[in-house]
Amino acid sequence: MFVIIAIVLGIISLIGGVIALFHKKLVVAILAAGLVSLTASIIFLLLAAPDVAMTEAAIGSGLTTVIFLYVLNKIREKNG
Amino acid sequence: MGNLLIEIASGITLLALLLGLIRFIKGPHKVDRVIAFDTMTVSSIALIVFISLLSGNLLYLDVALVYGILGFLGVVILARYFEKGL
Amino acid sequence: MNKETLELIGGIIAIIGSLFLLLGSIGLLRMPDSYNRIQAGTKASTLGTMLSVLGAWFFAPAMVGKFVILILFVLITNPVSSHAIARAAYHIKVPLSPRTIVDKLKDKYSADSDRMAYKKKVKSETE
Repeated sequence: MFVIIAIVLGIISLIGGVIALFHKKLVVAILAAGLVSLTASIIFLLLAAPDVAMTEAAIGSGLTTVIFLYVLNKIREKNG
Repeated sequence: MGNLLIEIASGITLLALLLGLIRFIKGPHKVDRVIAFDTMTVSSIALIVFISLLSGNLLYLDVALVYGILGFLGVVILARYFEKGL
Repeated sequence: MNKETLELIGGIIAIIGSLFLLLGSIGLLRMPDSYNRIQAGTKASTLGTMLSVLGAWFFAPAMVGKFVILILFVLITNPVSSHAIARAAYHIKVPLSPRTIVDKLKDKYSADSDRMAYKKKVKSETE
């Protein structure tokens, strides 16, 4: 069962990575990067590493998304 | 008997995650993608609880709690960003 | 009540919860509008996650604290995030479905999507 879950989560992570690389809008790219990190957190949990999974969810999803959106807000103010 | 039922439930949850991913790919507006992200996060909390039951290690429930807090934080900050706030 | 019966009840509740999650995702795919998608995706997934965690509690009845915290957390935070994203979607003027009949917020946000203008308008209407 764990193998099936890992394969499906890997497919989701790959598609999220492709969207994060090639999408035109920056907000969607940031959101897809958050999706990749959330999926990687469950994969770390399947590999029996709950502390790594907790750190990945905190850093990848929380802090990176907040900092990227903060910078994007600043850029939007500059360019009008 | 119990493990089989939990495996069936986690399979159905994986199917729900895949359907949410289709909306994430298609979504014509950026709000649709945020909704798909939110739904996938909340479905993943149920999936983490099922994984912690299947592996027999109930320490994994803390990961589900952290996951829920950070998904909520991300969606609220995106909503504030869309309203030209932050 | 022995352990087998408890696990059977918990498994059936967990399967019902995951079916609610699946219904929420199908609604997310088939609804015609962003607001309908918010409605379908968030409410069904809230109930589905709560039922799944409740079903998982029957497998480990000693860990009651974490399960109660998890259920209360999902019950509180998920409608809040849904409300926030719906409000932002109305502010940035996401188009409604062409089959929409009534839009009660239309003249209240139409001048400029500012919060103070909305408050002033509501105040002048009530006086």
